[in-house]
Amino acid sequence: MGALSKFEIGGVLARQGILIAFVLFMIAFTIANQRFLDPDNILGVIRSSAILGVMALGVTFVVISGNLDLSVGSMMSFSTIVVLDLHDKIGPALAIPAMFIMTLALGALIGFLVGYLKLNSLIVTLGMLSAIHGLTLTYSGGKNMDIADKAGTWFSVFGQGSILGIPVPILIFALLAAVLGTMLAKTPFGRKVYAVGGNGVAATFSGIRRARVVFMCYLLSSFCVATAGLIQASRSLGSQNTVGQGLELEVLAAVILGGASLMGGSGTIFKTVIGVLILGFIQNGLLLVGLQFYAQYVVTWIIIILAVWLDIAAKRGRLWSPIA
Amino acid sequence: MSRPDTGQTPVLRLENIVKTFPGVRALDGVSFAVMPGEVHALMGENGAGKSTLMKVLGGIHQPNEGQIFVEEQATVINTPLEAKAKGIVFIHQELSLAEELSVAENIYLGELPRKSFGRVDWNKLFAETNEILGKLNVSFDAKARVGDLSIANQQMVEIARALTVDAKAVIFDEPTASLTDAEKVVLFDVIADLKSQGVGIIYISHRMEEIFKITDRISVLRDGQYSGTLTTAQTNEDEVTQLMIGRSLDLSRNVSHGELGDVALEVRGLSCGHLYQDISFEVRRGEVVGFYGLVGAGRTEIAETLFGLRDPSAGTILLDGKEVRINSPAEAIAHGISLVPEDRKGQGLVLGMNCRDNMTLPQVDDLKAGPFVAEGAEVAIFDQYRDRLDIRTPGWRQLVGNLSGGNQQKIVIGKWLSMHPNVLILDEPTRGIDVGSKSEIHNLIRDLASQGYAVIVISSEMPEVLHVSDRIIAMYHGELIRTFSSEEVTEDNLIQAISGIRSDKVA
Ligand SMILES: Nc1ncnc2c1ncn2[C@@H]1O[C@H](COP(=O)(O)OP(=O)(O)OP(=O)(O)O)[C@@H](O)[C@H]1O
Ligand SMILES: [Mg+2]
Repeated sequence: MGALSKFEIGGVLARQGILIAFVLFMIAFTIANQRFLDPDNILGVIRSSAILGVMALGVTFVVISGNLDLSVGSMMSFSTIVVLDLHDKIGPALAIPAMFIMTLALGALIGFLVGYLKLNSLIVTLGMLSAIHGLTLTYSGGKNMDIADKAGTWFSVFGQGSILGIPVPILIFALLAAVLGTMLAKTPFGRKVYAVGGNGVAATFSGIRRARVVFMCYLLSSFCVATAGLIQASRSLGSQNTVGQGLELEVLAAVILGGASLMGGSGTIFKTVIGVLILGFIQNGLLLVGLQFYAQYVVTWIIIILAVWLDIAAKRGRLWSPIA
Repeated sequence: MSRPDTGQTPVLRLENIVKTFPGVRALDGVSFAVMPGEVHALMGENGAGKSTLMKVLGGIHQPNEGQIFVEEQATVINTPLEAKAKGIVFIHQELSLAEELSVAENIYLGELPRKSFGRVDWNKLFAETNEILGKLNVSFDAKARVGDLSIANQQMVEIARALTVDAKAVIFDEPTASLTDAEKVVLFDVIADLKSQGVGIIYISHRMEEIFKITDRISVLRDGQYSGTLTTAQTNEDEVTQLMIGRSLDLSRNVSHGELGDVALEVRGLSCGHLYQDISFEVRRGEVVGFYGLVGAGRTEIAETLFGLRDPSAGTILLDGKEVRINSPAEAIAHGISLVPEDRKGQGLVLGMNCRDNMTLPQVDDLKAGPFVAEGAEVAIFDQYRDRLDIRTPGWRQLVGNLSGGNQQKIVIGKWLSMHPNVLILDEPTRGIDVGSKSEIHNLIRDLASQGYAVIVISSEMPEVLHVSDRIIAMYHGELIRTFSSEEVTEDNLIQAISGIRSDKVA
């Protein structure tokens, strides 16, 4: 039995590697800078991660189903611009549902192309990244969008409000994570997402309608993007057309950091949340230890590569592959 | 079949090999040796540790304890490439080919012949490959894309790989599981050839006829432990079975003729392009209809049509007397049809998913407690079929990909049995399943029929179709040649029929 329990510890390490790395990072940064563990700092990091995090929740579904979504950044710009524009035209109470419907329509279009027409998701969503950008610019005429009466609107509650001292963006992120996490882990739909991403053919042979599952994943992803756009718009009450630019890669990074496989079939919402927090805390920690803001892009990349490497190494039990 | 000369040194020797996985002691001190020019069978139940032992030899797994000797030299084998360099060739149970590449590239992967500037010498590559394929007498050539080949032909590609190196020992892990009789003959010739060159051969199979036909000695594993070696010429099936599972089997032909019910499935004039033409048959409740024929005879394609995976070009399908159109597996399942597909890894299972979730996948929408999957009900289903099919796994949480091949197949069977279908179609249901479980599955199929299920069994194994079927449909090149009742069928007229010879129906 001795040998067995040793193996089991190894298994636990392999499964929880990301969590352990996270704790190690936290300890290292805390030693480097006392301010790091300050409650205000922690809350600040989580709040600024919330937009990225909300988007990452949806992308987790897409990635587990075996596809990619590179359009979320530019789709988030679209949502933000649209809701800001409509805010003054038809009032926030109508602007919000109108923006959600438009964003969901974009998600449905992608879902249709990838799910039902079976087009490659990388090509479709990369194309959508630029197409939606064009759509946003056409809609806004290229101008920044601002709410006229910034002080007098209740719309600011989603980005700036707080309940019982907790910022609303964090509450939205937490609530959505709980709902989507339960959906993925506990419902038949969640099970089908894993099956479709794990082995699409076997899923079809089991009577699962693959196209529908993929379609639903993109619809969910666009719902999360719309929510992220709402928080973004409400926080700044004004925005450029490029507010979400580059977020697609950070979102994907968070999902991978969490340990979802790009091959599909594995990952969880909980792990994605950990991935989002790691990314947020690392970026914050680097600022606190005095690294230049732009150097973060490089360091973030290095950390992602390290994370992916350690993940694979844990799976195969050594740091490099013996097979050429 | 002479007993190997005891004065010789073994080509391969394993001593006290121990290999554990989380929660599983797969090998528990196994010792075993192969002599040059010997065909050594390795037998044991599903999950006994045969593949694991071979993976240790092939450099895929590292043993926790124990030693490997190649020609009596203690050796450590770290990678499959090292194994190959030491003259150990491993033909896997689960196919491991690159589907997008040609046959030739797969066979010479990693060592493609080169011209100047590192360019691949395609002419040489294809010529050498075709030469090897010629020896194997196969119907495809070096340029064929592997993904387009049938499973049996892919297996032949794996075997062709073994012939490209100067092998000291060749391991065949269930090579015949998906081969036709004709292909088996070719394989056995290849084995005889290797044997005469002094190569040591380890041969894993669950098929007794083969074992007794081609092997010299039989070693048996049981629950990860070595349980004995027998000389083939001096033993019999019963003795081997005893050693494997600790009891003997009743292998009598026990076709029961219970009351037949109504026609559950009727097919009239069904055609699908060039795959099969004008097929008509019916299956009654309480009846098992066997489909026998060579690979490529169109049997699997008919099953796929009934399961909504192919559109028929003509003909009608009637379920309980009502004409239906079945456009997708989801619709087929809704109509009460279950299909155990022929390719468990590609079509039957999500390998990265656990045992329970795989088993309940087709009914996950029906197993609900509120909006959630009723996990308790799922575990109950899993437990029920684990016991009924004797599935060996540490628990339902184990990933299906970590189970032994035969236990994976049982998960697929359990998955479709638990749907309680009206019409159950099984395509090669006992591929890779050990003798004990095989007879249990045959009994189960008979039981299901007597409970009123309508069952179709597609099999390339004659004993299997003969054993379980009430009627046998023989197919050849997409045509239904003849339907036999269990009284009129004999091995001879069955073989004739599947070779396309239409003897007139005798009254
Ligand atoms: N990678 C793995 N992780 C965990 N358990 C494993 C792994 N590989 C094999 N096992 C377990 O080791 C045991 C032996 O498996 P193995 O594949 O060697 O059986 P086998 O004798 O080849 O069976 P079969 O006749 O079904 O092919 C099984 O219980 C199996 O579940
Ligand atoms: Mg095996």
